[in-house]
Amino acid sequence: MNTNVRWKALTIVTVLGLAVLAFYPPQERVRLGLDLKGGVHLVLRVQTDDALRLESETTSERIRQALQDASVSVGEISVVAPAQFSVTGVPSDRDTEFRRIADDQILGVFNRESRAGGAYDFRLKPNIEVTLRNEAVDQALQTIERRVNELGVAEPIVAKAGTGGDQILVQLPGVTDVGRAKEIIRSTALLELKIVEAGPASTREALLDARGGVEPPQMEVVSGVSDFSTGTTPDVAFYLVRTVAAVSGRDLRNARATLDENNQPAVGFSLNGEGARKFGRVTGDNIGRQLAIILDGRVQSAPRIEGRITDDGRITGSFTQQEAQDLSLILRSGALPASLTYLEERTVGPTLGADSIRAGLIASAVGLAIVAGFMLVYYKLSGINAILTVLGNLVILLGFMAYVQATMTLPGIAGFILTIGMGVDSNVLIFERIKEELATAKGVRAAVAAGFDRVFLTILDTHVASLIAAAFLFQFGTGPIRGFATTLFFGLLANIFTSVFMSRTLFEAVLSRRRVATLSI
Amino acid sequence: MQILKAPNYDFLKLRGYGLALSLAVIGSGLALMAARGGLPLGIDFSGGTIVIVKFQDAVSHDAVRDALNTVSNEKVVQAYGDPSAREVLIRLPQMSGVEEGASLEAGSTAVVAALGQSNLGSFDVLSTEIVGPVIGAELQRRGVYATLASLGGILAYVAFRFRLSFAVGAVVAVFHDILVTLAFLAFFGYELSLNVVAALLTITGYSVNDTIVIFDRVRENLRSMRRDALPEVINASINQTLARTIITSSTTGMAVLALFLFGGEVLRGFAFTMLVGIISGTYSTVIIASSIVVLLTQRRVASGRNAAGSTASQARNQKQAKKAKARARAS
Repeated sequence: MNTNVRWKALTIVTVLGLAVLAFYPPQERVRLGLDLKGGVHLVLRVQTDDALRLESETTSERIRQALQDASVSVGEISVVAPAQFSVTGVPSDRDTEFRRIADDQILGVFNRESRAGGAYDFRLKPNIEVTLRNEAVDQALQTIERRVNELGVAEPIVAKAGTGGDQILVQLPGVTDVGRAKEIIRSTALLELKIVEAGPASTREALLDARGGVEPPQMEVVSGVSDFSTGTTPDVAFYLVRTVAAVSGRDLRNARATLDENNQPAVGFSLNGEGARKFGRVTGDNIGRQLAIILDGRVQSAPRIEGRITDDGRITGSFTQQEAQDLSLILRSGALPASLTYLEERTVGPTLGADSIRAGLIASAVGLAIVAGFMLVYYKLSGINAILTVLGNLVILLGFMAYVQATMTLPGIAGFILTIGMGVDSNVLIFERIKEELATAKGVRAAVAAGFDRVFLTILDTHVASLIAAAFLFQFGTGPIRGFATTLFFGLLANIFTSVFMSRTLFEAVLSRRRVATLSI
Repeated sequence: MQILKAPNYDFLKLRGYGLALSLAVIGSGLALMAARGGLPLGIDFSGGTIVIVKFQDAVSHDAVRDALNTVSNEKVVQAYGDPSAREVLIRLPQMSGVEEGASLEAGSTAVVAALGQSNLGSFDVLSTEIVGPVIGAELQRRGVYATLASLGGILAYVAFRFRLSFAVGAVVAVFHDILVTLAFLAFFGYELSLNVVAALLTITGYSVNDTIVIFDRVRENLRSMRRDALPEVINASINQTLARTIITSSTTGMAVLALFLFGGEVLRGFAFTMLVGIISGTYSTVIIASSIVVLLTQRRVASGRNAAGSTASQARNQKQAKKAKARARAS
């Protein structure tokens, strides 16, 4: 073997060796997609309007407080749309004062417009709106990530998705209890502790009777469960509570499942520094009153405050142990800044996943066998060259995939099989050309060289065309389709290398040993 | 081995029949789709719910339909894969006007509950797919965009490497392949799913392969066969590459056939699309692409002759006409 061929052979062996190193052992190195491993794929949309509404509500509330402190009475302050609230009935003599107070509270976040009759509209500034929406999505992403991590799923994926900037993709491999996973992810988990002014009453009307049938300012009616410790069917009860919460989920330091005094599952929580201070003040000021523990707008329990409490408390209710654990998980991860809705859900059970792998492998083996058989029969000994090329193709392809941590999906296995078919195409092109060259009585080595030279550009052209299609396919697809596009793409690249370089080197290695009169092709 | 010894078929003469056949296939495909009210869209694009269930005992599809009567009136129940595998596919359409969110999974939960309460025995849920309207519409848009962009990219590349008439021919051939494949999907009752669209996109690349190989040979022959007209050159090129074309289609076809037969139900639509695409791709290169090239070249040549005034030939013609008239008057 001459030196030139020796170097080429060495390069090929190195490349193949590196590829094998990258993907061996396949169980650990090759990432499997959900359709092969089983699991659940979810796309959620973050309702960013909620975050805007929260901003409007908090600001309008602050303005109400400030106006009250300054003894300015206005008509009505109400949130009209997520990004807009309005104030009506501003007395004309205190107009300037109102504007000053309002400006102090909106802090440049809202645009103030005045209407006739002492009415003002406050609209969120567009760039602030965009920032708030983005922040909501980022926060939701982090919260979901924390919850998913606590679920204990191996290799989950939580990422932004879609074109609207408000979609989140969640992939949980190996999860079977999809319902529970979805509940944990989208639970808003808003915890509020509010002082009870009146209640419990069995109907809303009974509660508001003494107040003239309307909700007093700064108070609201919340419903919840009344009787929970004796195991009777819980009735709905209504409480009148102060709107502003004494303590909220933001003040939590930790939450964990525990037992209450009846040995029933409960959730214990502890507060951070600021929260403990607030809690201490409120409980100290309201000994003897009830404290409503409100989760997602429903009263869980309303124990009596017996003494000043500073840093921890307990949420009791008719929880199962699983529910208590899930709730503490959700509280630990923090509340979601906006509600989530599901847009897409795909689950694959583990049996289907395993079946798919098996089917894919069988199809690949059969495909390879048929193609190999055909090449041997049609091109005789040169067919061995073709088979080695295709095998080299597959090895390098797997190596690429393992190296870039690409995910192998079921369509990806189809891409594998396609690579087998298309890999042979290049060989056929070359062999047919070599046959033509041989017919011109050129001599074997010259014919082989001419064959490769003439065909090189054609091979390049056809591969580029397919690479273009694969690239757009990658852009269009998600999940499984991307796996296919990746396999196709790398398979084509590997093919250019093997069909031109490796195949030629194999020929040269054989032909350089001795003078060959005819070629078995 | 040589399957064809120096073939010399006149492909271009057959192109009339070829075009007629293509039009027949595409026409009937479009008619069928029109009759059925549009392309059969899978839930990936139209939204909806699919639940694939494996029953312990053999059950009839009618029994399953009865059990699900409470869930929806527009459900589809069909066998999934081999009938003996007792796997059933249940499809619910997109519930219109429904809020996304909790209601998104209402369909699948209802199906599982209804089946559980029926007397059909125990079952396993193999997989569920629920696509809401937002995602469905988005995927539709992206699918169309990807196909068009892919075609555009390939057009640009072929025009750059060869010449514009070749590129147009290539793209028309690919378009033809897509239409033929859609027609066959309609004939055999497959629906457009993500996998099928992926296969269609792959075919755009694969179909051009053949075309490029032949055009490459045409380009080479144009240099050596200068005296022959373009149709002859194209014919010769096709014949010279015929063996390669048939063998490649066969080998790729065999690989995809293995996928179709052994690859499992999930990939069946994909494999079918690829099969049709491969066959159509070869056919379209030989008949369609070459016809377009010839057509465009002839038109260019013809219009060139008229436009340049070719006053010499016109004058000659006028003289001949005058002479003929004079002769006629004389006799």
